[in-house]
Amino acid sequence: MDMKNMDMKNMDMTAMDMTTTLKLNVQNLHKRYAANEVLKGVSLEAHAGDVISVIGSSGSGKSTMLRCINLLEQPNQGTIALNGETLELIADRDGSLKARDAKQLQRMRAKLAMVFQHFNLWAHMTALENVIEAPIHVLGMSKDEAISRAERYLERVGVSHRAAMYPAHLSGGEQQRVAIARALAMEPEVMLFDEPTSALDPELVGEVLKVMRDLAAEGRTMVVVTHEMGFAREVSNRVIFLHKGLIEESGDPREVLVNPQSDRLRQFLSGSLK
Amino acid sequence: MNVDAIIESMPLYFNGVLTTIKLLATALLVGLVFALPLGILRASPNLWIARPVWCFTYVIRGTPMLVQLFLVYYGLAQFEWMRESALWPWFRSAWFCAALAFAINTCAYTTEMLAGSIKATNAGELEAARSMGMSRATVLRRILLPSALRRALPAYSNEAIMMLHGTSLASIVTLMDLTGAAREMNSRFYLPFEAFLTAGAFYLALTFVLVSAFHLVEKRFLSHLRAR
Repeated sequence: MDMKNMDMKNMDMTAMDMTTTLKLNVQNLHKRYAANEVLKGVSLEAHAGDVISVIGSSGSGKSTMLRCINLLEQPNQGTIALNGETLELIADRDGSLKARDAKQLQRMRAKLAMVFQHFNLWAHMTALENVIEAPIHVLGMSKDEAISRAERYLERVGVSHRAAMYPAHLSGGEQQRVAIARALAMEPEVMLFDEPTSALDPELVGEVLKVMRDLAAEGRTMVVVTHEMGFAREVSNRVIFLHKGLIEESGDPREVLVNPQSDRLRQFLSGSLK
Repeated sequence: MNVDAIIESMPLYFNGVLTTIKLLATALLVGLVFALPLGILRASPNLWIARPVWCFTYVIRGTPMLVQLFLVYYGLAQFEWMRESALWPWFRSAWFCAALAFAINTCAYTTEMLAGSIKATNAGELEAARSMGMSRATVLRRILLPSALRRALPAYSNEAIMMLHGTSLASIVTLMDLTGAAREMNSRFYLPFEAFLTAGAFYLALTFVLVSAFHLVEKRFLSHLRAR
């Protein structure tokens, strides 16, 4: 993408931001691993309060897309803007894009808290320490303030009684709820969920989905990569079906999931709705 | 068994214990201080950074500590520039040379240990840290090192015990450490069995103290890995 193009996009963004509350604007993401193009131009816009479910079979690029949004993966092309602020990208040695200014990336990441499939809690810290870590060392909050905030969010996701325990001593569902509390404690603009229930035992999925439902009901802006069709149908207000690195279908889940237009989505749904 | 000779030699052994402890503490401390940055560099994915450190650890770990000690104490003294340099007052001291050689040796082993521990850190935990907006320095200071150092503890306690026993080489360059004390007692009484048995008992006691200390530290810092 050349500079002129990027500037125009920037202006578009500010103009749109004044009329609506566009939180996250991702345009034309491309991602290649060597010759294998995983994302072939994917765009996603999340307005305040949107809950967007991203579905698709494995290998469709849905996790890669999510990880490109906060640059855990470096896209090869595309723009990412949060609250009207475009992340400045420059070419890295291998041809992919990296942040021009590490400080800007850090600032934006702090507003884009992510919840991972494998929780990724810091194993040497207790649940409480996990939740206060980033508010103190990224947001510069005082320890007391961070602790009271952490206690509030641990309570919120129902694991306050586990605050002093280490991740290894918690069940998967509890670990994921601590991870959600850790993300919430950043009070992010947008929350990114990367298959948050895929690593859980079936009987533990419910407790995590319930927390996510509550967050959606609070009006939080969420982008959720998921295999949970129930969640996609009932909780999200938009669903995106990715197939081979492209958006095959998107829209209101009650239409898209109930009345799929493409064969591929029909196939995918018949496989996962049993 | 000549107990009287042992009792008479006790002051010798007490001084020896002190020398051994001082040597060990100095070597471990200096070794660790340098191993920390070296371990981080050694774990770097950039070969231009990791390779030189690897060379250092390879050479040191590939040669006996006694040879290293001889090179530092006898070897360097052979050169006139060394004897005329400002460092000479240091390098003519057996204590300094022994502490230096031991420090370099333990530094190499500790560097490899830390590098291994750093490289084995769960990539997901580091991703989580970056995804929350932590800078590289913060990730290193708050997540990577605390996690890696903890996991290196059990291996490091072994290294400390090996070093304790390694310090006995100091007696060969005239130092009166525990082994030096035993050699002294032997030359006075010609009772090698009593002399070295006593030294062995002292080493055993010191090892016990070390193991107990590390046990406490591990209990404090590795409780997150204990089964419940």
